[in-house]
Amino acid sequence: MAHGTHDSDWFAVRKPLPEKRSRVLSVLAFVLPLGLWSLVSYVPFIWHPLVQVENPGSVDYFVKDMLIEKEVFAKENATALVKHAALATGHPKNPIYLPAPHEVARAMYTAFRTPPRLPSEPWLHQSLWQSIQVIFWGFFLSSLVGVPLGILGGTFDIFAKLQEPFIEFFRYLPAPAFGALCVAVLGIYDAPKIAIIFIGTFFQQVLVVSNTTRKLEIPMIEAAQTLGANRRQLIFRVVVPGVIVDLYTDMRILLGWAWTYLIVAEMVGTTSGITYFINQQARYRNYENVYAAIILIGVIGLTSDIALARFGRVLFPWRAEARKSVFRAWFRERKAARAARAATEGAPA
Amino acid sequence: MHGLAEKEQTVAADPASQPARPSYRDQAPEVAARFARIYQRPVVLEVKGLDKRFESEAGPVNALQNISFRAHRRELICVIGPSGCGKSTLIRILAGLDSATGGETLLDGHPVRGPGPDRGMVFQGYTLFPWRTVLQNVMFGPEMRGLGYTTARDEAMEWVEIVGLGRFANAYPHQLSGGMKQRVAIARALANKPRILFMDEPFAALDAQTRAQMQSYLLELWKKVDITVVFVTHDLEEAVYLADRIVVLDAHPGRVREIVEVPVPRPRTREQMVSPLFVTTKQHLESLIHGVPDETAVEAASEDAAVKTPIRMTQVGDDVE
Repeated sequence: MAHGTHDSDWFAVRKPLPEKRSRVLSVLAFVLPLGLWSLVSYVPFIWHPLVQVENPGSVDYFVKDMLIEKEVFAKENATALVKHAALATGHPKNPIYLPAPHEVARAMYTAFRTPPRLPSEPWLHQSLWQSIQVIFWGFFLSSLVGVPLGILGGTFDIFAKLQEPFIEFFRYLPAPAFGALCVAVLGIYDAPKIAIIFIGTFFQQVLVVSNTTRKLEIPMIEAAQTLGANRRQLIFRVVVPGVIVDLYTDMRILLGWAWTYLIVAEMVGTTSGITYFINQQARYRNYENVYAAIILIGVIGLTSDIALARFGRVLFPWRAEARKSVFRAWFRERKAARAARAATEGAPA
Repeated sequence: MHGLAEKEQTVAADPASQPARPSYRDQAPEVAARFARIYQRPVVLEVKGLDKRFESEAGPVNALQNISFRAHRRELICVIGPSGCGKSTLIRILAGLDSATGGETLLDGHPVRGPGPDRGMVFQGYTLFPWRTVLQNVMFGPEMRGLGYTTARDEAMEWVEIVGLGRFANAYPHQLSGGMKQRVAIARALANKPRILFMDEPFAALDAQTRAQMQSYLLELWKKVDITVVFVTHDLEEAVYLADRIVVLDAHPGRVREIVEVPVPRPRTREQMVSPLFVTTKQHLESLIHGVPDETAVEAASEDAAVKTPIRMTQVGDDVE
């Protein structure tokens, strides 16, 4: 009864689960959707609305490997049966736009090895690199202006009052709405795409940074004032270092938002980057390549975020213990277990 | 204006107007001599007729009215009063973090405006910079003064050693206990060599044991360092234990009710807390703060009434005392 709520409860309100369970769940978070996808792909009776023809039999318009709707296939075979003609054979298949996991996995490798169909088209890695550059410049330019403005707005009320009403209005305007304008002003290559990322990021960024800056406790500022800090010193020696950790987290989240504008941005002017790759592959009906490219965007986003989080722990040592990595905890546990085993094995000898 | 304030104080301090509790005024000859010596010293801080009015939704509020007192060099003054008497507002005004609506504050005879390094402050909450190590926190003041890194570091290290945290010089604040954090805060304020140190209930957030240690520790430090201290607290025992003189404030409006010379001889020890002199002084403060016939007293009385409610929620006979 007493131990009931502590260790064995999977649904304890606002209580962290033990590390082992958290690990299992984070693996499940990926395994479950993958399992669902596999189920739909590999178990024929769940969906598989089409039939891939193996032997056309007596049906004159059937061709080998043709995809036919299940009902049509059954009807033609029923007609053939009545006529005592040869029956067509085939096996159930999902539509071409839903490839199986192993096909996408294979595509993730082959897409990088397959040369483009036309010599003027970029390889996949070139498309990706172009996308990353567009994201980088859009986000970098936005941060270059947005972060200082945000810090000013969070520090001085005059800046907050002057910039926030307009920004609040502007942030409701969807960035893609400026696509045509951006092309008119900046041409059709990378500049308008960078501009779309900028517009999508900048206004949120100023507000988020202002808000974070305002969260610095006022006594911290007052303490610095009684220690003789002047206005400039307050900003650069107290406000900025005081909020930098939270700003870093904000920037990671905002970078994630910038990625969500990528596809729209790349459709402005001449389609480019990963969007061009995705569109081309869809046109060739290589849907496994389309999925591979979409998944690659997620992989790049997630790994860069994890890398930045790690880097943050190096940058801000005073927060080093605030959040511990699941993996590091796991390694520590393993090491301790090994040490314990070594000790017990060593003891009798 | 100023003359009036002093007159009011003298009236308030007149034994005839007080309930018959003469013993806290009985000073041993050495204590009287010590006070005489203190009054010989130059005045570091002079507070002259300070007023603070707020505009609240319920109309204007007199948070502070005509506050006047002086602190002499190396004197330790405590400010006490019932909750809402504006003692925190007072010390914030003295430190320059709030502005008064009337009167003035003189430091070494010069009026002060805004916060400055000549008036150090230790806050109730922990205001250490979490991104700086102990040493770097203490270096902050010297750095703001424009000292070079090495000079600032050497000066700061000295103060870190003085507060006994040399071993923790490179630790971050989150690795320290509450008492240690406040010691760093004191070192950080003192590293600026301020003329006066304001302390706003600095030990209130600490547990009882640590608080007692910090009080003794503050006295030790105060003996070794040329510093005048104004210490705000709501803990009467703390005030009697630490102070040379205690400024007792009234609430609504916040006024100086009396300035009490603590008759307990120095050096102070915790054993003195049960001595008759200590106890009567504390009782006198208690009567000043809780025995006042104004709305705070009425509030207190109604609270008492609530406690002595006739309603019973337990079975008859199921008594705890």
